[in-house]
Amino acid sequence: MSSLIPRDEQDAASIVAQAKGRGTLLNLCGNGTKASMGRPSQTDATLSAAALTGITLYEPAELVISARSGTPLSEVVDTLAGQGQQLPFEPMDYRPLLGSQGEPTIGSVAAMNISGPRRIMAGAARDSLIGVRFVNGRGEVIKSGGRVMKNVTGLDLVKLMAGSWGTLGFLTEVTFKVLPRPERMSTLLIRGLDDGSAVAALSAALGSPFDVTGAAHLPAPDRQGARTLIRLEGFSVSVDYRLNELRRLLKRFGAADILEGRGAEAVWQSVRDATVLQERADRAVWRVSTAPTRGPSLVARVAAAVEAQWFYDWGGGLVWIATPAEGDLGAGAIRAATRELGGHAMLVRAPDADRSRLDVFEPQPEAVMALTRGIKASFDPAGILNPGRMYAGI
Amino acid sequence: MSIAFPTPDEAVLSRRNEILAGLGRLVAPEALIVTEDERRAFETDGLTAYRQLPLAVVLPSSTEEVAAVLRFCRDQGVKVVPRGAGTSLSGGAIPQPDAIVLGVAKMNRVLEVDFENRVARVQSGITNLAISQAVAHEGFFYAPDPSSQLACTIAGNIAMNSGGAHCLKYGVTTNNLLGVTMVLLDGTVVELGGRHLDSPGYDLLGLVCGSEGQLGIVTEATVRILRAAEGARPALLGFERVEDAGACVAAIIAAGIIPVALEYMDRPAIRICEAFAHAGYPLDVEAMLIVEVEGSDAEIDDMLRRIVAIAEPFRPKTVKVSQSEAESAAIWKGRKSAFGATGRVADYICMDGTIPTGQLPHVLKRIDEIAKSYGLGVANVFHAGDGNLHPLVMFDTAKPGEMEKAEAAGEDILRLCVEVGGCLTGEHGVGIEKRDLMTCQFNAADLEQQMRVRGVFDPGWLLNPAKVFPLEGRVAA
Ligand SMILES: Cc1cc2nc3c(=O)[nH]c(=O)nc-3n(C[C@H](O)[C@H](O)[C@H](O)COP(=O)(O)OP(=O)(O)OC[C@H]3O[C@@H](n4cnc5c(N)ncnc54)[C@H](O)[C@@H]3O)c2cc1C
Ligand SMILES: Cc1cc2nc3c(=O)[nH]c(=O)nc-3n(C[C@H](O)[C@H](O)[C@H](O)COP(=O)(O)OP(=O)(O)OC[C@H]3O[C@@H](n4cnc5c(N)ncnc54)[C@H](O)[C@@H]3O)c2cc1C
Repeated sequence: MSSLIPRDEQDAASIVAQAKGRGTLLNLCGNGTKASMGRPSQTDATLSAAALTGITLYEPAELVISARSGTPLSEVVDTLAGQGQQLPFEPMDYRPLLGSQGEPTIGSVAAMNISGPRRIMAGAARDSLIGVRFVNGRGEVIKSGGRVMKNVTGLDLVKLMAGSWGTLGFLTEVTFKVLPRPERMSTLLIRGLDDGSAVAALSAALGSPFDVTGAAHLPAPDRQGARTLIRLEGFSVSVDYRLNELRRLLKRFGAADILEGRGAEAVWQSVRDATVLQERADRAVWRVSTAPTRGPSLVARVAAAVEAQWFYDWGGGLVWIATPAEGDLGAGAIRAATRELGGHAMLVRAPDADRSRLDVFEPQPEAVMALTRGIKASFDPAGILNPGRMYAGI
Repeated sequence: MSIAFPTPDEAVLSRRNEILAGLGRLVAPEALIVTEDERRAFETDGLTAYRQLPLAVVLPSSTEEVAAVLRFCRDQGVKVVPRGAGTSLSGGAIPQPDAIVLGVAKMNRVLEVDFENRVARVQSGITNLAISQAVAHEGFFYAPDPSSQLACTIAGNIAMNSGGAHCLKYGVTTNNLLGVTMVLLDGTVVELGGRHLDSPGYDLLGLVCGSEGQLGIVTEATVRILRAAEGARPALLGFERVEDAGACVAAIIAAGIIPVALEYMDRPAIRICEAFAHAGYPLDVEAMLIVEVEGSDAEIDDMLRRIVAIAEPFRPKTVKVSQSEAESAAIWKGRKSAFGATGRVADYICMDGTIPTGQLPHVLKRIDEIAKSYGLGVANVFHAGDGNLHPLVMFDTAKPGEMEKAEAAGEDILRLCVEVGGCLTGEHGVGIEKRDLMTCQFNAADLEQQMRVRGVFDPGWLLNPAKVFPLEGRVAA
């Protein structure tokens, strides 16, 4: 299979235009760290953003950064850190979970709408993505959004591109809104809670006025090992005050320790990257989103049907579940639970064969699929961009 | 009148009686407005310079009724203009003679509040403020707060992706919306999103937000509700030079502080507002900032102390840190009266464009020059943290030609916003007002891609046509 590595946006446009003319199916990628995600697709060539690198605009005082899509995420993160800033949505690094190598690109963060624990407060990548440039399946260069935070000019194609997994266009440049890095980060830790009480504690914390920026629960086979985590960030005086208030608020759930420094950072990184479930590489991994208080019931239903491990992020709104890689990988139980309780599940890690035969993304009602097909056709009428990567025919 | 409307469809006009009879079979008699007198109330929105009587007005009371009406209109080839409260400042809800207005104002109930999961499900005709009022007893609120929040509906907010003074911290509608029930023109009801974050598949919810009534009629919404901060207090900073005020905004943000609101007023705006509200604004400065922070008393004190220290190098002439509820109210009263107070001294058009904040001094200078070149005055009040400008271009309706001059000046200002890297609208939408300027921000390929997406939802272009996209531009899917 050939690798196409355009040197600039115009080059990319002519490659796609030619591919359209010849009916060449393209597999879009950055550096391929997430090649094993989504539905496996049969393509004729790989179109890589690897050579489209470099930060094109960074205005710290305006809280905005633009980069070509193939720019390593680490370069963006380091550049921001140099000015005491960060990507608010704390993008997850999939490499530990997928066992992949290489540098994730900023384009794939946008294309997959990747976020982390701060999502509950700061939103997902889609909430910070304010501008895109891309080549659609006709080989046309399109721009949407821009470099200013507030923009309601025309249809918001930026949101459509976020999370479209390269099925609508080949991103060439992305612009994100950024935020200052907090002066201090501190975490309250309560031990020994069962899932139900833990999610109740997290809901209470998130329903308080104290600006919680992370809320996770890591269960353990022995209940004492279970850890419930609540993160606070900001200026030091303010963090102290809120820690105290939250401790008081959550007294009925048990005593709380305070974690700071390296240890706390490591815990949040393991929540962010789902390395809590990393050890058994032979297991399938699901990412399930639901209403926070329904997380525990959803898990109970799944666990009654298949042997499973799990943990909760976003106060229970996001549940990561590992299941044995056999049979339907728990798909039946998980989808029945999301249908009943509301929510959706994505099969994140599984062998190619399983991701071909099972729905990787939550199946959608026919009316929504009809719109989805229409939108796909409006961007990529010949269906040459990442064919089938999200849904059959999309 | 410089903005063109399409020629009405004679065939539809001539079938008016038949169409009214058909609609009459779908909704209760009181939900169908046909007399000229009553239709008059719907002939314009907040862009009052333009008026068109609609064919009829329908005010359904359920999603099913909306679906029936839309299906009927699709079959009959009748255009539909969605409407919430009609406060759009860009003419988004202005009808056309061959179109019906479909208003959701009667569908205004709170359907469910779920404090534990921090969401509320409401019918789309509820006002923005009523959502906050419905959850206030538990200390919660709905964050996006357009100044029109007493009147405007969540339907209109979703269609315009509205924001308010507090969106620097809390984001705009799209960041606070979890799901909608929407009816497509063929009567299909779709549910997008839900009670959870991040939906599978394409972000159709994100696409619908800000789509200005072009994709479907939103009948229900699930929104995030947040616990209100313990308290909030502003400080007022006055500067002798525009550049200093701009640099102070940048310095506050560079210091890692994201205030909950950061408002900017220029000299004319300060004078107009002070004369009206007697808020104690300084009259000897060129620019003024209102910076508000939230938290406990101690947190607020700490933050305001930091902000005053940050402002020091820019030699503020006035530094007033609010010490009480009353002082805070006075500071905000002046700002919030800006539109009303300006209306007392002149007719004006309120522009809405966005610029990179680093361009502030340059842009403010140019705006002043542009207004002067037309012999008009201009006052500036805006959200400085995010560069969303609202120049109020003042004129006198009694003087022939002045309104046209004001419109021309407004257009020059918007072009300027785009030139410096900003955009045509930050919160009011394109509507009819800026429709013809879309080509200065987007090229043909950009616009066609947007129009093809629009066409997927409404292939016949019957929903709110003649808005947002150039009149001649329509492209099917
Ligand atoms: C040099 C090389 C050769 C390969 N050869 C083959 C081969 O012969 N056969 C084979 O089957 N696989 C091959 N692969 C692996 C695989 O096809 C792709 O790497 C992978 O499918 C896509 O990369 P990724 O999604 O992991 O990239 P990531 O950067 O991890 O991207 C993740 C997601 O974002 C999308 N995305 C990334 N960048 C953009 C962008 N700029 N615009 C729009 N969407 C984007 C992707 O399409 C994908 O949906 C190869 C990979 C590499 C790097
Ligand atoms: C004094 C004043 C202050 C304002 N301040 C602000 C501000 O601070 N921030 C801000 O963002 N805006 C502001 N606005 C503008 C306006 O209030 C907003 O755009 C608001 O969201 C419009 O809501 P509405 O219910 O009045 O909608 P309408 O004016 O009735 O309609 C607005 C648009 O929404 C569409 N629409 C209405 N209902 C539906 C539906 N059910 N489904 C699909 N589409 C629909 C309409 O077709 C139209 O395009 C202000 C307006 C005024 C008059």
